[in-house]
Amino acid sequence: MSSQNPVLDELTSREYQHGFVTDIASDSFPPGLDEDVIQRLSAIKGEPEWLLEWRLKAYRHWLTMKEPTWAMVHYPAIDYQKIIYYSAPKTQKDGPKSLDEVDPELLATYEKLGVPLEERAILAGVAVDAVFDSVSVATTFREKLAEMGVIFCSFSEAVKTHPELVKKYLGSVVPTGDNFFAALNSAVFSDGSFCYIPKGVTCPMELSTYFRINQADTGQFERTLIVADEGATVSYLEGCTAPKRDTNQLHAAVVELVALAGAKIKYSTVQNWYPGDKDGKGGIYNFVTKRGKCAGKGSRISWTQVETGSAITWKYPSCILLGDDSVGEFYSVALANNFQQADTGTKMIHIGKNTRSTIISKGISAGHGQNTYRGQVLIQKGAEGARNYSQCDSLLLGDKCGAHTFPDIQVKNSTAQLEHEASTSKIGEDQLFYCRQRGLSNEDAVSMIVNGFARRVLKELPMEFAVEATKLLGVSLEGSVG
Amino acid sequence: MTMLRIENLHVRIQDEGTEILKGIDLTIRAGEVHAIMGPNGSGKSTLAHVLAGREGYEVTAGRVLYQGQDLLAMAPEIRAREGVFLSFQYPVEIPGVANTYFLRMALNAVRKHRGLPEIDAMDFMELVEGKAKLLEMEDALMARSVNEGFSGGEKKRNEIFQMAVLEPKLAILDETDSGLDIDALRIVATGINALRSPERAMLVITHYQRLLNYIEPDVVHVLADGRIVKTGDRTLAHLLEEKGYGWIEAEAAAATASTAATAVAKR
Repeated sequence: MSSQNPVLDELTSREYQHGFVTDIASDSFPPGLDEDVIQRLSAIKGEPEWLLEWRLKAYRHWLTMKEPTWAMVHYPAIDYQKIIYYSAPKTQKDGPKSLDEVDPELLATYEKLGVPLEERAILAGVAVDAVFDSVSVATTFREKLAEMGVIFCSFSEAVKTHPELVKKYLGSVVPTGDNFFAALNSAVFSDGSFCYIPKGVTCPMELSTYFRINQADTGQFERTLIVADEGATVSYLEGCTAPKRDTNQLHAAVVELVALAGAKIKYSTVQNWYPGDKDGKGGIYNFVTKRGKCAGKGSRISWTQVETGSAITWKYPSCILLGDDSVGEFYSVALANNFQQADTGTKMIHIGKNTRSTIISKGISAGHGQNTYRGQVLIQKGAEGARNYSQCDSLLLGDKCGAHTFPDIQVKNSTAQLEHEASTSKIGEDQLFYCRQRGLSNEDAVSMIVNGFARRVLKELPMEFAVEATKLLGVSLEGSVG
Repeated sequence: MTMLRIENLHVRIQDEGTEILKGIDLTIRAGEVHAIMGPNGSGKSTLAHVLAGREGYEVTAGRVLYQGQDLLAMAPEIRAREGVFLSFQYPVEIPGVANTYFLRMALNAVRKHRGLPEIDAMDFMELVEGKAKLLEMEDALMARSVNEGFSGGEKKRNEIFQMAVLEPKLAILDETDSGLDIDALRIVATGINALRSPERAMLVITHYQRLLNYIEPDVVHVLADGRIVKTGDRTLAHLLEEKGYGWIEAEAAAATASTAATAVAKR
């Protein structure tokens, strides 16, 4: 079908738009990893002894672990000694005190990416933490947030200014030895965002972190920790891009969310790491562990992700529903075009009574892309009255791509109610012809059909980003259907 | 004014080679309503699809002029923007795309092509309201995804509703009556009749005569085995209802056997 459909071919082959490199002097470690590297990293950051010990413990554990092979992703072995574990723009050594101190080259970079760091000109109501390679380069609206007691800063800074919070919650959701990539992250994470919303406070603006990989051969290992205290509410968004390079780069992040009683956390991701070129060369390996703990009664954690980038995506944003009446949600659109491989899904672990979870997963495969949904719903013995609804839909564009679904459901309490629906459809000649017969161009028709398919998820995104994500889906597909 | 002129059209299925249309000649002027009747497999839907530009068919001979232009050279969306509308026999579902959103995209594509400004949401809703009443489309249907979960009758009403909004110059109605109960048939026919105008031509493709009780055609053609074997006025439709297609097919077969075949088809 692709040969008959030049517009669709064109549509899925459009070029990655954030592939530029920022020319900026950096301080980087030589490639390689051992305990010395971790000690140096910890020293540069001026970390307390307990955190260094925490890292070393994770590292020693990591050495005993094997890289997982159960996912439907295939890639040449990663040489962990060839990766650079720390790289920071030279001018950022001590961290900027204010935006005026941020290197103009960096400000320009984020401007070019559409992430304004100028507070005056900023999208009304979004505070941004900008992470460039291994360090946070700017965090906006801090004073305004501080007035309400909201702490929003880089992880490194939080370690210094709020050690008691960091110590209490770091690793409380994703322990150091949780999995191979989480262990590696725990050993070498360089920066990330930290956020704490105090009791009863509704965060007055969207919080967001924008991750940018710039330096070649650098791994990005950031760590995000969000804690919503009792009755607090926060909406958080992350975006990611990287330059185009022929070599693959590793991104292994950990995100931990903690929602205490009555707290609500909404975490949205628009992931647009460089996906590699149309022949599958280059691109980011995105191995990410994201997990939230609904620790208190009536708490709620909602994950929404739009995954359009990366050569390989391996991530399963999950919820541990510990508190009674707590709610977990997972809304996902994953797109795999050209030679991209996405293996993504969620785990909903029901422990508390009357816990509820919803899973809506929409996979889009085009070109030679392979898209896998992998999910687990686990109802523990004590989870009286637990409920889950899962819906996994796949859309195929063309006949060389693939869609796979691996749901795992385990129920240990007979009062639980679960529903699972799944569908696979192909963007049909029928649909395209129908649209064209009404006057729509082939390109608009594909974009409309794909966005319609993903609608249920896109509408969960904060308004500003829903528009962005809709565009991104169109752009990421340019050149593929058939 | 001649809206559509089909000359000696031969069409076969691509990759397969089976010839479906074996020399169609047909002229429709603005303001006229033509009906094409015929048994299953006679080539009625193929004709509709070829006129709308569906892929998978190969035109091996003949030509089609639409308002004097070479219709077959145009992409499907260009034909649509130029005013060719096909009411589908099996309207397609598009999940997640609201009926009104879809229609506004379509209308704006047509307007842009004609050098008109895009219609804004407010004006569009106003326009749509009147047309929706005509087809007795409930608000719920308008807000739902295109044809998703619609009953057979709702889908057909939706097709004619779209036609009412897009105001084509040439409307091709492919088996619009199939799967309709008597109430739905009445609503659909009312909608179609409201769109009859001196500037518009219609080609009504149907297996049964009953739709033609509501939409009185100016000319009736009988299509059998890829050829138009008989042309007449509306009484021909009644004759077919009474006697079935058998006698015409027999007549056509006899005619094909003689050398008069082309003469009959061209009549």
